[in-house]
Amino acid sequence: MTQSDVLTLITFFIVISGGTYILGEYMYAVFSKNNYTWLKIPSIIEIKFYKIMGINPDEEMNYKEYLSVLLIFNFIGAIVLLFILMAQGILPFNPQHLAGVPFWLAFNTTISFVTNTNWQAYSGENTLSYLSQFSGLTVHNFLSAATGITVLLAFARAFKTKPSHELGNFWVDLTKTLIYLFLPLSIILSIFLISQGVVQTFSPYITATTIEGSKQLIPLGPAASQIAIKQLGTNGGGFFGVNSAHPFENATPFSNFLEMISLLLIPAALPYTFGRLIGSRRQGMIIWSAMAILLITGLGIGLWAEYQGNSALSGLPFMEGKEVRFGITNSVLWGVSTTATANGSVNAMHSSFAPITGMIATINLMLGEIIYGGVGTGLTGMLMYVILTVFITGLMVGRTPEYLGKKIEAREIKLAIITILIPSALILIGSMIASTTQMGLSSLGNKGPHGLMEILYTYSSCSQNNGSAFGGLNANTAFYNSSLGICMLIGRLVSIIFPLAIAGNLAQKKYTPPSLGTFPTDNMLFVTLLIGVILIVGGLTFFPALSLGSIVEHILMQKGILF
Amino acid sequence: MEKRKKDYSAFDKKIFKQALKDSFIKMDPNTQIRNFVMFVVLIGAFITTIITILNVINHEPFGFNLQLSLWLWITLIFANFAEAIAEGKGKAQAESLKKSKKDIIAHLLIDNNQIKDISATELKKGNIVVCTAGDMIPLDGEIIEGIASVNESAITGESAPVIRESGGDRSAVTGGTQVLSDRIVIKVTVNQGESFIDRLIALVEGASRKKTPNEIALSILLVSLTILFILAVVTLKGFIIYSEKESVTIGLSNSTIPILIALIVCLIPTTIGGLLSAIGISGMDRLIRKNVIAMSGKAVEAAGDVDVLLIDKTGTITYGNRQASEFIANNDTKASELARFAQSASLADTTPEGESIMDLAEGKYGLPKISQTPNMTFIPFSAQTAMSGVDIIEDNKTIMVRKGSVNAIVQFVTKKGGVFPPKVRSTADIIARSGATPLVVAKDEQVLGIIVLKDIVKEGIAKRFAELRKMGIKTIMITGDNPLTAATIAAEAGVDDYISEAKPEDKLQRIILEQEQGHLIAMVGDGTNDAPALAQADVAVAMNTGTQAAREAGNMIDLDSSPTKLIEIVEVGKQLLMTRGSLTTFSIANDISKYFAILPALFIGLYADKLGHSPLAILNIMHLASPMSAILSAVIFNALIIVALIPLALKGVKYRPIGAKALMVRNMTVYGFGGIIAPFIGIKLIDIFINAVHLV
Repeated sequence: MTQSDVLTLITFFIVISGGTYILGEYMYAVFSKNNYTWLKIPSIIEIKFYKIMGINPDEEMNYKEYLSVLLIFNFIGAIVLLFILMAQGILPFNPQHLAGVPFWLAFNTTISFVTNTNWQAYSGENTLSYLSQFSGLTVHNFLSAATGITVLLAFARAFKTKPSHELGNFWVDLTKTLIYLFLPLSIILSIFLISQGVVQTFSPYITATTIEGSKQLIPLGPAASQIAIKQLGTNGGGFFGVNSAHPFENATPFSNFLEMISLLLIPAALPYTFGRLIGSRRQGMIIWSAMAILLITGLGIGLWAEYQGNSALSGLPFMEGKEVRFGITNSVLWGVSTTATANGSVNAMHSSFAPITGMIATINLMLGEIIYGGVGTGLTGMLMYVILTVFITGLMVGRTPEYLGKKIEAREIKLAIITILIPSALILIGSMIASTTQMGLSSLGNKGPHGLMEILYTYSSCSQNNGSAFGGLNANTAFYNSSLGICMLIGRLVSIIFPLAIAGNLAQKKYTPPSLGTFPTDNMLFVTLLIGVILIVGGLTFFPALSLGSIVEHILMQKGILF
Repeated sequence: MEKRKKDYSAFDKKIFKQALKDSFIKMDPNTQIRNFVMFVVLIGAFITTIITILNVINHEPFGFNLQLSLWLWITLIFANFAEAIAEGKGKAQAESLKKSKKDIIAHLLIDNNQIKDISATELKKGNIVVCTAGDMIPLDGEIIEGIASVNESAITGESAPVIRESGGDRSAVTGGTQVLSDRIVIKVTVNQGESFIDRLIALVEGASRKKTPNEIALSILLVSLTILFILAVVTLKGFIIYSEKESVTIGLSNSTIPILIALIVCLIPTTIGGLLSAIGISGMDRLIRKNVIAMSGKAVEAAGDVDVLLIDKTGTITYGNRQASEFIANNDTKASELARFAQSASLADTTPEGESIMDLAEGKYGLPKISQTPNMTFIPFSAQTAMSGVDIIEDNKTIMVRKGSVNAIVQFVTKKGGVFPPKVRSTADIIARSGATPLVVAKDEQVLGIIVLKDIVKEGIAKRFAELRKMGIKTIMITGDNPLTAATIAAEAGVDDYISEAKPEDKLQRIILEQEQGHLIAMVGDGTNDAPALAQADVAVAMNTGTQAAREAGNMIDLDSSPTKLIEIVEVGKQLLMTRGSLTTFSIANDISKYFAILPALFIGLYADKLGHSPLAILNIMHLASPMSAILSAVIFNALIIVALIPLALKGVKYRPIGAKALMVRNMTVYGFGGIIAPFIGIKLIDIFINAVHLV
């Protein structure tokens, strides 16, 4: 590791920590108040918008109302997107005259973007028109990200001290998230990215003549705007096929740094905001710390494995699949961050990481992207583990378990464990089918344990709504498009419906003020317990599968055997 | 009151034998299906056994599968045994209760005051019966006429008779108890089969045991984990098939169905699954041994959660009567002289106050015991004079010694021509303001001084409340005293809050108020006017000496009728929850080692080199001798740990009032960290043993 690598890492964590405070306070201000004298223009837009849409911002919804509105809204969005994709051939903004997207691919892509997964079974530049990109995908980058945050906001309201059924108003939460958070941040980030050379144009692709004299088609498009939100909203769906490894998506080391920061920025600030919303900054930052420890540990192991070099090739560095512009540290940092959050954008091919680094990325996915995680959904996912931890260990202080003054009882534990269990089941079952059937195996790019990792990674990425690909596996087949589509859909629905149901239940419960007999969840002991439960539950579920994947691959690599 | 000492030792021979028998009876799938975790083990044992039989028929080697099946069955038996032994203790208690339900003849009072003898089993609610000395009370009821001493040892184990009388708070009588003296007329208040003893028998036998809310929640977690591990193992078979095909040279694994079942059984939380109901039963049983009958497991659980205790002052915090604590002599009197006259004045005073004055004089002031002499005439207390005392004839002169309230003595000395010293009056005022009662002693016209009467706070009670505070429990004292006295005692005892001049409805009000703020309240009550508050409280302990209404409103009954029992009840509740949590944590933590035992055995030849060495052999960090012994060791450990933890499940994890965080650190170290380490050691030792005796 060079000095600049170390400097990058340090700067990275300082910026994220600082961003947590600044953005966290900002989001708290946005979501907790209604009159923004300090934000005149957006608040005028907000109020106008409610008037036009006929929304009464003071109207509160219970969990069933909140959930139905959320689901209907996303369902309609999905239908529109499916239509745009399949009809793009006859719609405007299609300078390359690309044909309509075939049904299974359109189905997969629609689910992928509506669920904030942004799994891409296609290459953007060869498949999608400009209209599909900016009015279809970019719009859903915003909406799916905002949807994630609304779920978290509703969840935070469950911890009000006065029992009620109300969890807020979905339309207000959605509007605020878009107007005050995603739009301004995306605009700022796009401008920075354009300044670095990321393209933003509606003109057709250009043909260039290379030095050797051959002709090369250079794809262009309105990339910067989509990239800004793909990073900020933990979407990850690239404009171009190779995502942020493409120079037009990620032009310079500075743009690379900005994109890395922006993929963690909001997820990292949300625990802080959550803490402020429930009235205890400390409770929020405790969760933040658990996430930080997991992230840094994963990153440390990943970097260690990468810098070991490939022992089968006498210690040569793993440079296949990496951009020389970014080097190992930036690639691993991105790789770990993008899988820890539900982002899924890449600046290097994860399949080419050292086996252990690839495993860290896969574990990040398997745990449910709770290490900061997707915007909103990451923290709600983590809160499911918090509920589990409180339930298992809380009894040991001689009281029935409670979290933030609300009792954790049969219904909460049932819903929380289902939220954790279903995506895990999808990963295991999907991977088992793919690894034992011809339709699954025929898409593999590599053999042996590496092939198994390709499958495990793919199903983890989709079931947990990450959307990044390990690389090597051809997922554009009817089998993968359909099965992964189903995984994405179920994975997303689970992460929205059950936490909201828990919130609805907790909101009605009596609040018990803490006493000396209450198990405190705001200290490092709890952080340790939380991490322990995450690793043990996750480890027990996936360790056998991983041992037949990356672990055996790593050992064999040391013996000089590669796959 | 001395607690009944009956030995229900866990390994009482009779209980042990019965439990052993029951563990086989409980193998019935209809019983097993109620416990999903153990039901999975049952199915696993069944399949493994079938496969073993097929092995035998097909002349294949079957020794390993046979041992595996045996240990799976043993795992089940151990889990059943845990439950059976916990139930066994309750059954023993029920037996002794049933004995008190012998055939009783009831003297039914019919029209015209005539009496008809019928069997107690024919009695109906509303019947009126008469009991005289020597009669057994046929059924629960209320005395409507008369007073009697009753021996209630059948229920309480306490042989000293208690007084029961019509009207008031001591009118309830219980079927199966015996009238020792006098005659009472009783109105039967329950139907056949609903009597206190019937309910007791049902409760201690565990017949009416329902899963408590926390148990249900925990069961959901255990079922979910079980499903998760079954999935992990079933899909692992798929990954193994893939890996076998992809292995370059040799691709062998040990993934037979019995071995995969062994892996499932080792991973699913059998330890807590097998012990869960035993923990619940023994929680109630521990209460029974403290002579408290919980009407439901839910109430015991709630006891652990209680964070406000409503406590009556009298009997709990103070001894119940004011006691002399000090003699303050008037200026020109010696303290010993005051003590001497106070002693004489109280010689015939048999009230607790009078006795305490004697004790103080003889104890602190070291005066010799005195006894009545012919020259003494005692003046008993009368409401008119508000004084008591003694007239002593010495040298033909009568000395009149009196003790009484300030006003009474003022009148007395004035009449005798003396002057009441202003200093004594001001001292008396100070004493009264501090919450104590001044009793002035006068010898004829001379005022000797003041006896200070105080409500004496029980020794050690302040420490107990400090402990409670550490447990996060707030104590509220309820007293009929005036605010001043109440405040003094509250401060001395260290309670967090008090209600003075409390009327019965104040209790209910306070409970509702605290509950609205999210607290869980425990209280003790005995009177009929306590019933509404008892019904509202989360943990309501009714005293056995209390009225029928109070006993019905409570969700626990304290047979000893001891007001301090509440604290012990809370501890039992906490213990129950802690034991559950600790064993769950232990059970899950155990799984880590089992992966390291079974996975390398399972992956034996995957991606192996030409010599057959699998790279995954490095997972065998315990260096277990062979794949077969590794698997068997894990399964044996899994079974033995259930038996090893039965005593802990029955006894409960010890509760210490050291605060939640310290408690967590402690239990996490023992059961969490210990739960990770212990099986590594255990499995290794078993592996060494089974290789030494060549079981595989």
